[in-house]
Amino acid sequence: MFHKGGKGFVFSLQLQTVTLIPGDGIGPEISVAVMKIFEAAKVPIQWEERNVTAIQGPGGRWMIPPDCKESMDRTLIGLKGPLKTPIAAGHPSMNLLLRKTFDLYANVRPCVSIEGYKTPYTDVDLVTIRENTEGEYSGIEHIIVDGVVQSIKLITEDASRRIAEYAFEYARNNQRNSVTAVHKANIMRMSDGLFLRKCREVAENFKDIKFTEMYLDTVCLNMVQDPTQFDVLVMPNLYGDILSDLCAGLIGGLGVTPSGNIGANGVAIFESVHGTAPDIAGLDMANPTALLLSAVMMLRHMGMHDYGKKIETACFDTIRDKKVLTGDLGGKSKCSEFTEEICRRVRDMD
Amino acid sequence: ILATRVPPPAKYGGRHTVTLIPGDGIGPELLNHVRELFRFSCVPVDFEVVNVCSATEDDINNAITAIRRNGVALKGNIETLHTLPASHKSRNNLLRTTLDLYANVMHCKSLPGVQTRHNNIDIMIIRENTEGEYSSLEHESVSGVVECLKIITRTNSLRIAEYAFKLAREKGRKRVTAVHKANIMKLGDGLFLQCCREVAAGYPDIAFDAMIVDNTTMQLVSKPQQFDVMVMPNLYGNVVSNVCAGLVGGPGLVPGANYGRDYAVFETATRNTGKSIADRNIANPTAMLLASCMMLDHLKLHDYATMIRNAVLTTMNETQVSQVLSPHCTIHSPGVYSLRTPEWRSSLRHCISVQEASL
Repeated sequence: MFHKGGKGFVFSLQLQTVTLIPGDGIGPEISVAVMKIFEAAKVPIQWEERNVTAIQGPGGRWMIPPDCKESMDRTLIGLKGPLKTPIAAGHPSMNLLLRKTFDLYANVRPCVSIEGYKTPYTDVDLVTIRENTEGEYSGIEHIIVDGVVQSIKLITEDASRRIAEYAFEYARNNQRNSVTAVHKANIMRMSDGLFLRKCREVAENFKDIKFTEMYLDTVCLNMVQDPTQFDVLVMPNLYGDILSDLCAGLIGGLGVTPSGNIGANGVAIFESVHGTAPDIAGLDMANPTALLLSAVMMLRHMGMHDYGKKIETACFDTIRDKKVLTGDLGGKSKCSEFTEEICRRVRDMD
Repeated sequence: ILATRVPPPAKYGGRHTVTLIPGDGIGPELLNHVRELFRFSCVPVDFEVVNVCSATEDDINNAITAIRRNGVALKGNIETLHTLPASHKSRNNLLRTTLDLYANVMHCKSLPGVQTRHNNIDIMIIRENTEGEYSSLEHESVSGVVECLKIITRTNSLRIAEYAFKLAREKGRKRVTAVHKANIMKLGDGLFLQCCREVAAGYPDIAFDAMIVDNTTMQLVSKPQQFDVMVMPNLYGNVVSNVCAGLVGGPGLVPGANYGRDYAVFETATRNTGKSIADRNIANPTAMLLASCMMLDHLKLHDYATMIRNAVLTTMNETQVSQVLSPHCTIHSPGVYSLRTPEWRSSLRHCISVQEASL
């Protein structure tokens, strides 16, 4: 995956720094697992660990700690574990803060069936690209009169064009054949209509990629019957939220799904999208697959395809083998055992 | 569906009159199947056909007046060309909001003859049908910035929740799940959830829980058997009902109903126009036929409803559906059950004759 405007980072000899945000709950353990595997694979990356607990800046505005921001701005690449959103803490969710701070406008989730982890759906190979800044999640709500609430869904030309351009570039750079815009323009004529128009305009500049449009309900209907017909899907925020989780469900859930967020200034943060699982935190039972696959996505983004392929293959082989699996994958092994098995395979590949 | 409802008017000489709106795409041919079958089975229902062409407002107003007159309608989907300006609203939506058909009910049940990835699914979906994201209130405040309003009201949320719980109790269901996104849309979906909770308090015999919509879709594709009755606002209802229809075998199999206080309109659950398969005699009539059975139940013509429903299900089992409705079929299960539609129709008639003979 390449960010807009250029080739991947090229580094053969120097060490690249990546900001690591372990997160809460099982976050620290799975981050340690990923670091161990990267070390076994001798990936030329050094980690800079940062914390993102919200702090209140001058004027009472909540923001992420300045050292975290400084690190991200410098390294431009981040790997993040799950963050907990405390209820009634007074500050907005950390994920939202990160998104706003770095203008993470595109959420990319490749959903590929994992051989060895059986689900009713096989041969899933699609990517959902979701606009992440506006749409139904603008957070603008009013109580008009008592008992009547209005939520505003915002669609702008710029954001729609930006996400469409990203989707087509992603398709081109990753050898995907088609991009499908998902919408409900029959009901929301102006808003989704605008989104669709921008997608069509951008499609004109990418004649090598097939462009189709499909209603959200038709996509849902077809997705659960035959997911192989989809390739790259681009859509506004809410539909993206629902569809990306639907697709994650097809391949086995959030515990095995990678995710990446692309920002406006070349920043990219890759993350695991599952929860913090406080009930198993610290018990060495967590499954690091999601964070690991997100880290592999990160390696590809940075141009380190060989390392990415090596680690991904080791991970999939371990799962396919079924001998050493964590509890959620149907096995009885510990997180450290699972990690060690992947490390072993990686070392054996050299 | 609710037992307390009085049979609708327009019953004259022992025969009911029902408004029929053919719609576009596969609508006309599906409704022709229904009419033919009703004629063959001597069902005491007469259809008043009202065509709705997408261009003018008059047609849809005529249709609405006809439905007000008859109280019940059976309809195909009317196409909405979204290249037309925003002032031209979706005809289907206009019909639902004008007649205040506030509850869309869909019963997704795994059918024995249909092979799908998941089995033993039995979910009732109740979807708020008039407000939410489908309010069609949009404006361009600044050039390039469009705002679309999603309206949630206490009245409608209470109403739909009440409907859901009453239906659950009537059908002997154990649990109602509210689907929402109140962690993000705190005021809007928060209000919906609060109303559901208030109504749930009045039905202690029925369990109530809530689930966020993205988690719901994920659960539906992995373990759909966990759901019983689901209630939700308009857009999530659209998503969830299509997912469930896909899970039990596709859009050609599931009927849907829209109920208001005074009117009822029956159609296929997923409301597809099916332009790509129109006029090729491959559209699956099951959904529309089962919808017409729901209509007959609503008119209290239960014997006819049961007869036709049994015939449809028997025909489906007998003609080895599983071989054709494989997961790789296109959207509308073409090649209907390894027979083309004409042969399937004669098989259906045979089933009905057998049932009539045994009465």
